[in-house]
Amino acid sequence: MRRDLPMLVDYVLIPALNLLLAFLVGAIVLALIGVSPVAALGTLLDGAFGSLDGLGYTLYYATTFIFTGLAVAIPYQAGLFNIGGEGQAMLGGLGVTLVCQAMGGYSLWLVLPLAIVAAVTFGAAWAAVPAILQVKRGSHIVITTIMFNFLAAAFMTYLLIDALRAPGDPSPETGAFPASTALPYAHEWAARLGLAMEESPLNLSFLVALAAAFLVWLFIRRSLLGYEIRATGLNPSAATYAAIPVGRVTVLAVCLGGACAGLVGINEVMGVLHRLVLGFTAGAGIVGIAVALMGRNHPFGIVLAAILFGALYQGGAELAFDYPQVTRDIIVVMDGLVILFCGALENMLRVPVTRAWARWRTVPA
Amino acid sequence: MSGGLAPAIAFDRITKRFGAVVANDGVSCEISPGSIHGIIGENGAGKSTLMSILYGFYQADAGEIRLDGQAVRIHSSADAIRLGIGMVHQHFVLVEPFTVLENLALGHEGGLMLQPGLDRARAEARRIEAAYGLAVDLDAKVEDLAVGARQRVEILKALYRGARILILDEPTGVLTPDEAQQLFQILRRLKSEGKTVLLITHKLKEIMAATDRVTVMRAGRVVGDVATSGTTEADLAERMVGRKLAPLPDRVPVAPAAPILRAEGLSVIDAGGVERVRGIDLDLRPGEIVGIAGVSGNGQSELMAALAGLTPLAAGRLVWAGVPVPAEDTAMALRRLGLGHIPEDRHKNGMIGAFEAWETSVLGYHRDVGHGQGAWLRPGFIRALTRQRMVDYDVRPRDERLRTAAFSGGNQQKLICAREMARGPKVLLVGQPTRGVDVGAIEQIHARLRALKAAGTAILLVSVELDEILALADRILVMVDGRFTGELDRSEATERALGLLMAGVRDEAA
Repeated sequence: MRRDLPMLVDYVLIPALNLLLAFLVGAIVLALIGVSPVAALGTLLDGAFGSLDGLGYTLYYATTFIFTGLAVAIPYQAGLFNIGGEGQAMLGGLGVTLVCQAMGGYSLWLVLPLAIVAAVTFGAAWAAVPAILQVKRGSHIVITTIMFNFLAAAFMTYLLIDALRAPGDPSPETGAFPASTALPYAHEWAARLGLAMEESPLNLSFLVALAAAFLVWLFIRRSLLGYEIRATGLNPSAATYAAIPVGRVTVLAVCLGGACAGLVGINEVMGVLHRLVLGFTAGAGIVGIAVALMGRNHPFGIVLAAILFGALYQGGAELAFDYPQVTRDIIVVMDGLVILFCGALENMLRVPVTRAWARWRTVPA
Repeated sequence: MSGGLAPAIAFDRITKRFGAVVANDGVSCEISPGSIHGIIGENGAGKSTLMSILYGFYQADAGEIRLDGQAVRIHSSADAIRLGIGMVHQHFVLVEPFTVLENLALGHEGGLMLQPGLDRARAEARRIEAAYGLAVDLDAKVEDLAVGARQRVEILKALYRGARILILDEPTGVLTPDEAQQLFQILRRLKSEGKTVLLITHKLKEIMAATDRVTVMRAGRVVGDVATSGTTEADLAERMVGRKLAPLPDRVPVAPAAPILRAEGLSVIDAGGVERVRGIDLDLRPGEIVGIAGVSGNGQSELMAALAGLTPLAAGRLVWAGVPVPAEDTAMALRRLGLGHIPEDRHKNGMIGAFEAWETSVLGYHRDVGHGQGAWLRPGFIRALTRQRMVDYDVRPRDERLRTAAFSGGNQQKLICAREMARGPKVLLVGQPTRGVDVGAIEQIHARLRALKAAGTAILLVSVELDEILALADRILVMVDGRFTGELDRSEATERALGLLMAGVRDEAA
C-alpha cells in the first residue's frame, strides 16, 4: 500500500519514540525514589535479555500476551473491542484441563492438538455469547465482555471449589495432570543441544503463539472471511451492500478472538502449571488490550509488543528484586506508563512526525 | 484584469505534488475582487487541490498566493479564516442537533456563559441576513432544515466569520433546480456587496449562468481563462476534456421481452416507521433503460435498496425471470443471479476508503469464481484484473495499490462502475451515476450504460438530473412520495412534463 509514511517510520520509529517517552517519564519516577535510572535500565534489560533463562521468562510472558493481544486484534478488525480476553482465557484453560485429565498416557503429539482444539473451542464459545448479544440485541460488547470476565471468574471459582478440586486439597486447584501431558520446556531442549540454560517456564507454547500470529495474519489479509471481516469493520454499510452477512461475520471475528484468548490455557495450564489453578490468567487478558494497541492490531506488531511487555514483566521483577525502593506498585507504574504512551497516546507523536517527515522529504527533492 | 485594483486572489505558479502525481503544475490565475469566478475541470484536474491550498489544508511545494496584492502564507484553515477566506464544503460541516444560531456561535462563544455570545451572534447574523438577503431561521435545528437551507447556514457561517472571499465546492450537487436558482441569487447579491466568490463546479450550465469569468483546468494545469460572456458551453467542455465531445448516438429501440426482474407490490417502512415505498410494481426488461425521476427523498433510495435486496420488505416480493427471490439473504441471492448495483452514495456503500483499489474492485464479487480459491483471495489475479479495468475505464492514477479514498470522486466512481459493469450483469441498478463526476467521465459512463443496454442488460436508472434521465432512459417513471405518479415514454417526455409530474401536478402533464 502507498502510505503517507513509510512502514519503517509508521511501525518502528513512532513506537520507538513513544517507548522512549515512557522510559523518560519512568526515569523521573525512579530518580524521585532515589534509584539511578541508568542503573535501573541496565538491570531491567539484563534481567529480561541478559541471560538465557531471563530471556526464557521474557518469552514465556510474551507467549501469553501474544494470545491475548490477538484476542483483541481480530475482533478489532471487525470494528469491535473485545475486553473479554481474561474470561475467554480462563475458559480455554478449562478446556485444556478436561483434555489433559482425560488423556493421560497418550502421546503428547495427540494430546496437544486435542488440547488446542479444546482451548480454542471453549474460548470461542465464551466469546460467542456477547458477540451474538451485540449483533442481535445491540448490547454493547465492551460492557458484556467485561461482565463475562466476572462471570468466568465466578464460574471458575465454583468449579475449582465444588467440582474439579483434587480431593483433600485445601487450595482451589485441580490435581496435577498426568506427566505425559506436560509440554516440553525450552531448557530441556537447550540441554539436549548442549546449551547451558537455567530453568525457565518457556515452553513449546511459544511456537504455538508464533504460528497463531502468522495464521491470524494470513487469515485477515488473505482469506475471503478475513476480507469480509475487514470490510465489515471499515464500512459496515458498504459490507451490507456487498451482500456480506455482517452479523455472522461479526460473531465469527469475536469468536476467533476468543479462540486466541483460549490458547492462553496451553501456555499456562498445559505448559507451566500442569494443573488448573484459580486465577491463572493473572490479568493477562487486560495486558492484551495494551499489547494490541501498541502492536497496531497487526499480528507481527503484536508479537513485538508482547515481547516488550514480557521484557517489562521479567525485567521489572528483577528490578524489584535488586532495589528495595522498587516495590510492586512502582512496576505497575512503569507498565502503566508504557501503556499510556504506547497505547492510549499512540497518536500523539503521529502528527508532528508526519509533518517532519513531509518537510524532510520535500527539501532534497 | 481591471487596472489599478489588485486581484482579490492571485495564484502564482502554484505547484503541488503527491508522490509521483503532480496535482498542480505551475497554476497561475487571478480573481478580480467583487466577481464570481468559476473553476472547472475534470476529476483529478487539480481544482480541489488548489482550493485546499488556498484554504490551508495543504501547503504548496512551490509558488505563492497573493491576497489583494499581498503575499500570504496559509498554514491552516484558521489562517484562511483570519485572512477572510470562507469555505462552503460539498459535505456540510454543521452540528445537526444544534440550532442555526448555536452553529454560528460555535468556536466564538466568548466567555464562560453561553447566552451573551449567542445574543451577539444573533445581532450579527440579523445584520448579515439583511445585508445579503439570506433568509434562515436562526432558532431552527439544523437537522430539521432542508439541504438548501443548510447550505445557506454554511454561507451565513462563513460570512459571520468575516469572509471576504467565499469558496463554494460543487454547491449545487445536492440542490433541486429551484434551490440552485436561489443560491445563485444569493451569490449575485454577495457580489454586488463587494464579496469575491469562487465557484467550483462541473456543471457548465451553472458556470454560464452564474460566473463573470472562468478558469479551466486540465491535468493540473490551467488550460483556459476566459470571460464567461466570451465563451460557450461546448467550448468550455472541449477545453476541459481536451478533445471534442462525441455527439449523442441514436437511441436503440427496445425489443419487447419478458421482464427479468419484476417487483410486485413493494412496500418499505424505514426505521422511523414511515412508509417510504408504497406498493410499487415495476418490470425491468432486457435491453431497456428505465429512468426514475423525482426530487430526491421521495423514496427512490429505499426503492433501490429494496430491489437490491438490502432492505426487508414490508410487503410485496421480487421475482427473477418468473421465480420468486428468496426472502432470506436476498442480496446475496440477487448478486448470484446477476444483479449489479452502482449505489447512489458511493462513499457510504460503494467502496471502502481504507481498502486498496484492488480490494474495492471486487467488493461484493470477492466470492466469485476466479477471485478466490477455496477460502482464499487471489491477490495477484485480482490486482492484474484491476490494472486492466483501470486501463479500460480510464481510472487515474493507474495504481491498484492506492487506497480507494485517495482517488478523486470521479475516479472512484469509475472504479465502482467497472466493478459492477465488467461482469456483464443481467440487471443493473444505477443510482446517481454521475453525481460529482466531470463531463468526460459522464460521457464515458453514459456510453457504458448504452453499451450494456445494447448487450441486453435491464437497467434501472435513478437520477435527480433530468438531463441524464432524458439522455438515457427508454421509459421514465416519476416518483413522488413513495409512489409512481406518472409513466412517460421517452418520445413523449419533456423536461416540463417531467417537472410537473415531479411537483405532483398530474392532469396538466398528462
